[in-house]
Amino acid sequence: MSTLKVLLKKEVLQFKRNSFLPRLVVAFPIMIMLIIPWVTTMDVRHVNVSVVDNDHSQLSQRIINKIDASEYLSLHSVSRSFNLSFKALEHGEVDAILEIPQDFEKGFVTGNTKKLSISANSVNATKGSLGSQYLAQTLASTVKEMRASLSPTSSNELTVIQNRYNPTLEYRNFMIPAILVILIIIITGFLPALNLVGEKEAGTIEQINVTPVSRFSFTLAKLIVYWVAGLIVITIALIVAWLVYGQTAVGSLLTIYSGAFLFIIVISGFGLIASNISSTMQQAVFFMFFFVMVFMLMSGLLTPIESMPQWAQYVTYILPPRYFISIMRSVFMKGATFYDMRFNFLALAILAVVMNLGAALTYRKRS
Amino acid sequence: MDSGTLAIEVNNISKSYGNIKALDRVSLNVKRGEIFGLIGPDGAGKSTLFKILVTLLNADEGTAKVDGLDIGKNYRDIRSRVGYMPGKFSLYPDLTIEENMEFFATLFGVTVEQNYELVAPIYKQIEPFKKRRAGRLSGGMKQKLALCCALIHKPSVLFLDEPTTGVDAVSRSEFWDMLHNLRKQGLSILVSTPYMDEASRCDRIALCNTGRVLDIDSPHNMVDKFNGNLYGIKAKDMFGLLNDLRTNASIANCYTAGEYHHALAGSSFNAQELKQNLEEKGHSNVEIKPIIPDIEDVFIKLLSNEQHQQQ
Repeated sequence: MSTLKVLLKKEVLQFKRNSFLPRLVVAFPIMIMLIIPWVTTMDVRHVNVSVVDNDHSQLSQRIINKIDASEYLSLHSVSRSFNLSFKALEHGEVDAILEIPQDFEKGFVTGNTKKLSISANSVNATKGSLGSQYLAQTLASTVKEMRASLSPTSSNELTVIQNRYNPTLEYRNFMIPAILVILIIIITGFLPALNLVGEKEAGTIEQINVTPVSRFSFTLAKLIVYWVAGLIVITIALIVAWLVYGQTAVGSLLTIYSGAFLFIIVISGFGLIASNISSTMQQAVFFMFFFVMVFMLMSGLLTPIESMPQWAQYVTYILPPRYFISIMRSVFMKGATFYDMRFNFLALAILAVVMNLGAALTYRKRS
Repeated sequence: MDSGTLAIEVNNISKSYGNIKALDRVSLNVKRGEIFGLIGPDGAGKSTLFKILVTLLNADEGTAKVDGLDIGKNYRDIRSRVGYMPGKFSLYPDLTIEENMEFFATLFGVTVEQNYELVAPIYKQIEPFKKRRAGRLSGGMKQKLALCCALIHKPSVLFLDEPTTGVDAVSRSEFWDMLHNLRKQGLSILVSTPYMDEASRCDRIALCNTGRVLDIDSPHNMVDKFNGNLYGIKAKDMFGLLNDLRTNASIANCYTAGEYHHALAGSSFNAQELKQNLEEKGHSNVEIKPIIPDIEDVFIKLLSNEQHQQQ
């Protein structure tokens, strides 16, 4: 029996006998895919609005009804004074206050328009800004309708918005490719790193190191197991995306899998570096977490790279997930081809070489 | 020296961990077909020397040869010729006895059947449990399995780092019997132990402490060389007795050793006078008898000689 074969057999046996790992590989992607797409949403819903109606006109009533009917806004109260509404805002019951000035309708008809004012609680900047925007949009459409009913001829839309690739603006569609990235980092980055450090902690690595086995085949045997596990995890996640969310890749699955495999090689190489420089699991986990934080927050997973400061944008060029996330989103949602994504593939290939070279250089059979 | 007759040759090996000198210019030779014991307390540097010799660790200074091969240049060849059993059980606990054996045999490019004869006397004892996972074996069985795995590729030199630590007295004795059987088959064995009583089971021993070798000889010669008279002394109040003996001018050195305190006689020693002196100090049931020194006494004497030299 060849050495690699016997090493592989041992890894598979250990993997199967581990009471936890095989279950993790199946349960983890299912759990993540079932929960995370629902909760990681930037859509702002249920913005509580308090209206201070100083006008008591037909128009102000119409605005209030419109707010009440909106999917995104909920009418908290209609109050007589701003102070009353502001108290509610301070207590956190209300997210935004709309103040309708006296004689608003009258001014509207005579052409001497008075200004509506919106005060939003912007502790949560996203909710504050999006909430007031929704409110402003609602007001604009109400006013437009009103105008149309006064003089039907003047009604014409200035802009038409079309959301390409994600017509319903579903945040989920944006998140699912990103979740695959997280799954791969955990299954193929953390697990082999912990496995190798585990051999250090148990002392079994010493027994291996006094055999003529090369470090290359010893490590490769471990990685193969986790590479396969990584591909299984992705497959499960893609199946869940299709069955539960009805989301399938627009582009070719082959492109997705080749991108994923390249990324798996990069991340497992990174895990090896972590395991080489740590002597305990604690150190390895801490080291990995530091970088995984950077990966998650700086690779365009949650916030667009383009809105980061310039220096940070330069940093993202060395972050492997940046390229994989870009491949996943483009192929998954826009149907990009391998050729379209060639630079991302190239960057990943370079990083794969760099990471694994780093892993080979930091490995010592003898200290 | 002719390396053909030497299994292990260590010349002035030093190794430091930061400020701590784990090995300080250690030199020793192990002949072919001999059981050589490294005897010393924890921190003597035994495990460090083992790791250097089995090519797990680089020495700071010095050279060494194992089976005639240089540990620096020929480390790859050394790895296929030595069997190493680390102090800590380090086989795969989630693999069975059988799987562990097969795994290590294949890594060395042999099969279990090929070298079955060598391991058979030991393996037969654990074979009934071969389907059991290594992690669920008793201490003695783990030790036998570890020895089997270290032997499966028929090494020429066997390194056993504290193989009997944490094993009961009967199993320890059995283990030494196994080593003697292996030696008969031509294996050279370097074994370390913190138990002084196991020294007598070795052909030659090196007494070591804090990274230095105090002396190398056969256990028998070591005891014969013991220069001085040793007495066992006991009384009712053993603790008070120890203090009084240590301050007594006629006693060179005194230490606890179980039932009796061991006292090394100085030049002015007289048993009768000492007994009188102790009884005057209020000790009752004083008993003084000459004692044949063992390895532990040799060790303590060497240690105190060295401390005197340093002062």
